[in-house]
Amino acid sequence: MLRILINALRTGVVTTGYPAQPSVPPERFRGAPVFRSGSHLPSPAVCPTGAISEQFDAGHRHVALDLARCVFCGRCAEDPWAGAITMGREFELAARLRDDLRIEVVDDNAAVSATRAAPDLQAERASSEIQRVLGRSLHLRHLDAGSCNACDWELTALLNPVYDVRRLGIDFVASPRHADGVVVTGPVTRNLETAARRTVEAIPEPRLVIAVGACAASGGIVGEGYASAGGVDKVLPVDVYIPGCPPRPEAIIFGILVALGRLDARRATPM
Amino acid sequence: MADPALMDALRECVGGSLDAEVGPRPSDLTLRLARTGDLPAAAAVLVGAHSMALATVVATDETATPEGDLKVRYVFEPAAAGAPDRFVTLLISVDAAHPEVPSLTTAIAAANWHEREMRDLFGIVPVGHPDPRSLVVHDGWPQGVFPLRKAFDGSRRVPVEDAPEFPHLAAEGEGVFEIPVGPIHAGIIEPGHFRFSSVGETVLHLDARLFYTHRGLEKRMEGLSPLDAFYIAERICGVCSVAHGLGYCEAIEQIAGVNAPSRARLIRSIALELERLYNHVGDLGNICAGASFHYGTATGARLKERLQQMNERIAGNRFLRGLVIPGGVRLDLPQELLGVLAAALKDTLAGIDGLMGRIEANPSVVDRLDDTGVLRHQAAVDLAVTGVAARASGVDRDARREHPHGAFALPGPPELHVATGSEGDVMARVKVRALEARESIRLIGEFIRRLEPGPLRVALAGPLPGARIGISAIESARGEAVHWLRTDALGRVERYHLRSPSYHNWPAVALAAETAIVPDFPLVNKSFELCYSCTDR
Repeated sequence: MLRILINALRTGVVTTGYPAQPSVPPERFRGAPVFRSGSHLPSPAVCPTGAISEQFDAGHRHVALDLARCVFCGRCAEDPWAGAITMGREFELAARLRDDLRIEVVDDNAAVSATRAAPDLQAERASSEIQRVLGRSLHLRHLDAGSCNACDWELTALLNPVYDVRRLGIDFVASPRHADGVVVTGPVTRNLETAARRTVEAIPEPRLVIAVGACAASGGIVGEGYASAGGVDKVLPVDVYIPGCPPRPEAIIFGILVALGRLDARRATPM
Repeated sequence: MADPALMDALRECVGGSLDAEVGPRPSDLTLRLARTGDLPAAAAVLVGAHSMALATVVATDETATPEGDLKVRYVFEPAAAGAPDRFVTLLISVDAAHPEVPSLTTAIAAANWHEREMRDLFGIVPVGHPDPRSLVVHDGWPQGVFPLRKAFDGSRRVPVEDAPEFPHLAAEGEGVFEIPVGPIHAGIIEPGHFRFSSVGETVLHLDARLFYTHRGLEKRMEGLSPLDAFYIAERICGVCSVAHGLGYCEAIEQIAGVNAPSRARLIRSIALELERLYNHVGDLGNICAGASFHYGTATGARLKERLQQMNERIAGNRFLRGLVIPGGVRLDLPQELLGVLAAALKDTLAGIDGLMGRIEANPSVVDRLDDTGVLRHQAAVDLAVTGVAARASGVDRDARREHPHGAFALPGPPELHVATGSEGDVMARVKVRALEARESIRLIGEFIRRLEPGPLRVALAGPLPGARIGISAIESARGEAVHWLRTDALGRVERYHLRSPSYHNWPAVALAAETAIVPDFPLVNKSFELCYSCTDR
C-alpha cells in the first residue's frame, strides 16, 4: 500500500490542460487536408473512401472534400499531388451540420480561396433546452454500432489519467436510462441496427446523439452495404459529427463541447 | 515438397493418384481432392499422424470461371514448435447446384465456425455439422441469399424479415438461471451477446453470440485495386491495424513477386512490436479493472497512453495507421524519433516491472487471478487457439518464428524468446503477457540496432499478376492472423479472407468461463483480450 502511494506521488499529475490550453499535435499528425486553390488537385478516384468529389461549374473545376468521409490516410497529399494538398494539423473538426464538414476549392482558379461553410452560429449554439438541462454536466452512454474498436479505445482514453474528462463534468454511464446522450461509433451494422435504436430510445429527452469517427459520421471505409447502414444518420438523427479515423481524444472532447454549446468563449472568431 | 510419409498416407485415403502441386508459396502444398467424400479422411491424416492444425478455411465462388463451381480450401499448418514454414491446402470443388460438403467439426473442433460461416455467406452446407444455427448473418436475413456469392450485389442494404428469436443453447433444471448480457455492454467495449446458464454464481454454460460488428468488409474489398483495398485491410480492426495491414501487404507482395527492402522490414517489425506493446500494457491495466485493483487500472492506462502518444509522433496516428504500405513503409524512423522511442520504452519497461510487482505482491489480486478461467492444454490444441491464450496453456507457437514475417524474414533474424506457461488460468495469461511486453521492448532495441540506411519502399509496377494467391501469417498482439488473397484477371482483389486470432480464440473463452463464476467473467474475458471487429469483419 505504502509503495502504491509513493509510486503515485512520484508519478505526479499527468492530466492535460486541454481544452483550457490548446493541444498541439506532433509534426507527423495527419489532420484536415489543406487544398490549394488553382493547383492541380487529384481526381476523386484517388480517395479510398470517396471523400473527394468534383463538379464542373461555368467551365471551372470545383473539388470538394468531405471531412466526415476522410480517413486521414494522406494518400491525396502524396506525390504527385503533394504540392496541391498537404495534411494539416487541424483536428478540432466537429460540426453540428454534415454540410459544415465540406471544404470546396476551385481547382483551376487560384483567386478563389478554399471555403468551408462558416459554421451557422444559430445551429452551432446548442438548443437552449439542451444547454439549460445538460450544459454543466453530461453523462454519456457509449454505443458501438460496428466500429473497428479504434474509436472505442479513444473513448476509453477519455477516462484515463491524462484526459480525465470527469474534470469537465463529462462521464460515461452503464445504462442508457442514466444517460443524457450517446456517443456512437461504427457505421451501424445490420446486426446492431435494432439494438442501436433501442439504446437511443431508452435515453430520456432531451438527448444528444454524437457520431464519433468516420464510420459513424459517414460510413467511412465501410460505406453502405448488405451489412452496413453507412453512417449513424441513416438510422438516427445526429446532433454532432466528429471526423477522424479515429479522432484523437482531444478531438472527441472538442466534439462533445460542440454538442453542449460550451465553446462560445473559445470560438469568438469563426474558423 | 512434403515428406513422403505424408504423401503416401494421403494417397492411401484418396484411393490412388494424388493431384498435388506446389503452392501458393514455394514451400506450400495444395492437394486437390477429386471426391469431396475423401475430405474427412485426408484432414484426419493431417491433424492426426502428422500433427497439423487447421489454419483457415476459405470458400470462393468460381461459378463464372470455366470450372463453374464453388471451391473450399482447408488450409493446415504444422502445430509443432519450430516446424518448417509451410501451409498444406486441401482443395475441394463443390457443385453450385447442390452445395454440400462433409463437415469436419466433430473430428476437428476448430472447423466449427469456419463451416457455419461458409454456410451463411456462401450457402455451402457442411453435412453433419452439429450446430444448425446461423453465425454471421443474424435474425431477419432472407433465406437463400448468400452475400459472398459473386452474383450478390453487396453494395445495397437487404430488408429485414420477421424472424423468431435466436435459439440460444441454455442449460435447464431446477435452480438454473439464464443471464443475458449484451450486445450493448455497460462499459466502453465492443458488442457481443453472452448467455450464461448458471446455478448461483457458478457458470454451467456460456453461449456467446458474436458477429454484431459484421460489416461485410471482405465483400467490400472485392473488385478494388490492391492499394484501395489496403486502406480497408488496415482498418478491419483498430488495435490490430499494423498486424492486419502488414499481413495484407505481405500477401500482395507475394503475388507481385517483390520484396520489401530491409529497412522497411525492420520498421514494419518495430511497428508490429509497438502495437503488441501498447495492447499488452493496456490489457494488464484492464485485467486490474476486472480484479477491482484501481491503482493497476490507472497505471496501465497511463502507460498505454504514453505509448499511443508516441505512436502518433512516429506514424501520425495513435494506432500506427499510415506507416505500413504495400511495397514497404510510408515514413522513415529518423534519429531524433529513435531517441524519443528509446526514452519511452525505458519508462515503459520500468512501468511494467513496477505494475507486475504490485500485482504479484497483492494477495487479494493474486487470489482473483489464480485458478480462474482455466483453458486446458488439450482444449487449446483442439480449438487451434493461438497467441497469449495458447502459450499460457503450454502451446509453444508464435507466428514470428513459425511463419517469419517483417524483419524475421531477413537473413540472420534476431532470436525470439517465446514465453509460455502451463496453468492456463488468468494468472498464466497475465504473466505470459508481461513477459511478451518485455520481449517486445528488447526486440525493438534489436531492430533499431540493425537499421541501416536504405530505401523504404519498392514500387509495385503496374497491375498485379492475375489469378494468383497470396497467403501470410502474422503474429499480432492476439496471436496468429492468416491472410488469404487472390487476384482476378485484372489484378484486382477477387477474394480476400482474414482469419483473425480472435476467431479461433473466442470458443476458448466460453470454455474457460465455465470454470469460473459469473462475476469473474470480465476478468476471464479481459485475460484473453480478444477483438470482436476482426472476428466479425
